[in-house]
This record gives sequence, structure tokens and C-alpha cells, in this order.
Amino acid sequence: MSRFEESAPAKGGFSFDLCKRNEMLVQKGLKPSSYLKTGTTIVGLVFQDGVILGADTRATEGPIVADKNCEKIHYMAPNIYCCGAGTAADTEAVTDMVSSQLKLHRFHTGRESRVVTALTLLKSHLFSYQGHVSAALVLGGVDVTGPHLHTIYPHGSTDTLPFATMGSGSLAAMAIFESKYREGLTRDEGVKLVAEAISSGIFNDLGSGSNVDVCVITKGKREYLRNYMLPNPRTYVSQKGYSFSKKTEVLMTKITPLRELVEVIEGGDAMEE
Amino acid sequence: MPKQQANWSPYDNNGGTCVAIAGADYCVIAADTRMSTGYSILTRDYSKIIQLADKSVMASSGFQADVRALQKVLAARHLIYQHQHNKQMSCPAMAQLLSNTLYFKRFFPYYAFNVLGGLDSEGKGCVFTYDAVGSYERVGYSAQGSGATLITPFLDNQLKSPSPLLLPAKDAVTPLSEIEAIDLVKTCFASATERDIYTGDKVEMLVLNANGIRREVMELRKD
Repeated sequence: MSRFEESAPAKGGFSFDLCKRNEMLVQKGLKPSSYLKTGTTIVGLVFQDGVILGADTRATEGPIVADKNCEKIHYMAPNIYCCGAGTAADTEAVTDMVSSQLKLHRFHTGRESRVVTALTLLKSHLFSYQGHVSAALVLGGVDVTGPHLHTIYPHGSTDTLPFATMGSGSLAAMAIFESKYREGLTRDEGVKLVAEAISSGIFNDLGSGSNVDVCVITKGKREYLRNYMLPNPRTYVSQKGYSFSKKTEVLMTKITPLRELVEVIEGGDAMEE
Repeated sequence: MPKQQANWSPYDNNGGTCVAIAGADYCVIAADTRMSTGYSILTRDYSKIIQLADKSVMASSGFQADVRALQKVLAARHLIYQHQHNKQMSCPAMAQLLSNTLYFKRFFPYYAFNVLGGLDSEGKGCVFTYDAVGSYERVGYSAQGSGATLITPFLDNQLKSPSPLLLPAKDAVTPLSEIEAIDLVKTCFASATERDIYTGDKVEMLVLNANGIRREVMELRKD
């Protein structure tokens, strides 16, 4: 990828030309527009046959829930999945982009993608944007070299861990992992632990909520368990229901007819060039 | 060293939502029981409602330390009133007292968003809604707190008179029965909980009518 030759504005990417003007507007009292952050609890752990990823499904915009059931476990390759926390647009865009790059690479090499490849592509992209792409990721997968689990921070640093949590609910989830994780978990034990950690985030962190998504990746197989647990049904539905019969009140009706005849004057002034 | 701004605030927002609806001969006051700070939950079981007099109940969301202090001041003032006048304060009188108490701290306000509900001297339901410094108005229904922006449009649709310009003007109190009003309040909280992260856990509802006062609690989503 020859990125160095192109100048930033021509190819896209960040142009900082408007920063001074934005500063001036903020000083004059303009509030900057908010973007959709995922709040979030995302986790990953390594078990005896592979990796398990988990995520909640709430997307927030400040104190309001924008999406009650969004998908935070993104596809990267048939054997690699990535959970994303931070700005929703950034996590979507960066995982889609690297997923496409991995596919092209698979065509090029004729081999299954490796987790470290995805890791390097993601971290170098995020580093080059100096943290402005607000994506905190938990990347997990199984390739020829074995199972791998990594965390990637918005500024581009990475860690390789046996179990990891990210997002606003990461402390709640990590408390569960630190108490109950051990090496060599079976699939059922691993899924149960991941679901427990995500539940801890859902109930104790206000930025996370709704349902639990789980993804189990083993050698040659992956199971995407969308809405594995739904611990938050709506508590009250009115029996009789509500009707919204009130339309906008009409206070006055006035009809102004448009002119019916338009006269065409022959030989008028030509239109100016 | 560049000029440093003060970055300690005496206030915190503990979240929560309060609603009150006035009926022909009853009043419903409800508030959720979640107390939070930032992204964390402090407790799932905190009552934001207090009964100030036998026919006045106040629900307050905002900064609970200030709410608690305000409740104490009002309770003390009511006790003094009872000693001096040998009777309980009426709801409109309590409404005025609350307004004065809030304005007294105009330049270091109580971070409390209050809604006062009860029965007036004729036995009709009344609801008074306040801002943080004591501006108040008698209304047919009101919502305050983090979920207020989600609940108020729904109540406007179900309870509001069509337009103040259309005559005859409808009365401030709703023609709904007590059961229907409670159903409405439950729906409001269940819906607000879905979309507001600060509202949830449980909703506590107090109903005042000629027979006295009744308390009901309903479970809400805990996430």
C-alpha cells in the first residue's frame, strides 16, 4: 500500500484546516455535535480449543440509548473476529477496511489469514491517525499458529493476553475474569464465563446494556451466537394499549390561489451569459 | 504556567426521573429508585419521594445531597407551621413554601428538580412543577429529571388539551380514572428506562386520594 506518495486531502483522511475555525466557534458558544459512542463492555478469552469473544449490544449517544441491539462483534475473516468499543463509526469503518484488506491478501497469498496480520494492519492504521480514530478493539482468532487474543488501543498500542476486556464496562467485566479465569477452560465453561463478564458490565455499567453476544472461534469452525442471552425484557406493556388519535390541530385554513396565466413576451431580453 | 481554571464542582448529578399526574379526585406521584454517578450505579433502591404533609408529596431528581437538605428544611418549616396554626399545610401553601425556599438560595442553588403533587383544599388533584431556583406553576401533569424529555411528549399527546386557543378551555386535571393514570405512569417509566441510561431498577408510585395514601412499586430493567 503506497500511502506515503498521496497527500492527505486528495485521498481522504484527516485535514486539520478547520481546527482554528472550530476553536473560534466553540469560544463563541457553539456546542460541537456529539457522535455515537458505544459505551460498551467487550471481552475476549483464550480457552483450550480457541478463543471466545463477547460483547453487549447497547449503543449510546450521551445519556440516551440510540440502539438497543447493535452488533459489536465484527467479522474480519472466517477465522478472525473483532469486538469494537469507542466511536461506533470508527470501529465499523476500521474493521470493514481491514477485513477487505485481509480478503485481498488471502487472494494474493492463497492462505488463511493470520491474526497478527489483522493486528498489524489495525495498529498501524490507528497509530497513523494519532488516536483521532477512536476505536478500542479486542481482536481474536485461530490460525495455523494457534489461538490468539489481542487488545488494540486508539493510539495504536497492542497487548497480547489470555483474557481481555475493553470499554466503559471493562472494570466490571475484568473483576469477573480476574476471579474466575483459569487456563484450559472447556468451551461451555468459557462461554459461561464470558456471558457472566458481559452481564456484569450490562448490569453495573450504565454505558452497557441489553443483550449478550458471543462468538466462539476454534480451529476450522466459528459459531456466532447473536443474542446468546437476553436478560433484559421490557418490564411492562400496557394491556389496553395506546392510541395516538390527536393529529395536528387545524386553527385556520386560508387558500391563496397561484396566478393562473403567465404571459410570454416575444422578443424580450436574452438571458445574460 | 497557563492560567488554571477551577475544576472542582460542588454539584453532582445522581440522575433519575420523576413524574406526577393530577386527577379529578386523586394524584399520582412516581419516581424511579436508581441513584447513579457518572457511569456507575450507587444504589438501586433509593427513594426520591417524600411526604411533606398529609396531602402533599414531593419527588425530586438531581443532586440527592441537595434534595435531602431541601427535604429537611421543608419538613422543619412544616412542623413550625403546624405548631403555629394548629393544622397541616395545604398543598398550594406547601407549593409556595417550596418556591420561596428554592429562591432563598438563588445564588448557590439546590441542584434539585422538583415536582410537588397532592390534593388541594377542594379535594381535587394538583401538581406543581419547579425549576432549580423556584419558578413554579400549577399544571395537570409534569415530568422532571433525566427521562423528562422522553416522557413529556408522550404525556402531552395523551393528556394535554388540544390547544389553549380552542374554547372551551379544558381543565388542568385529567379526566382519566386512577387505574388508567397508574397504567400511564407505568408505561412512561418502562419506556423511559429503555432509552435513558439513568432511569431504571424500580419505580415507586404514591397515589393520594380521599381515602389516604397508597404506595406501589414496579420492577424496571436493571441494565
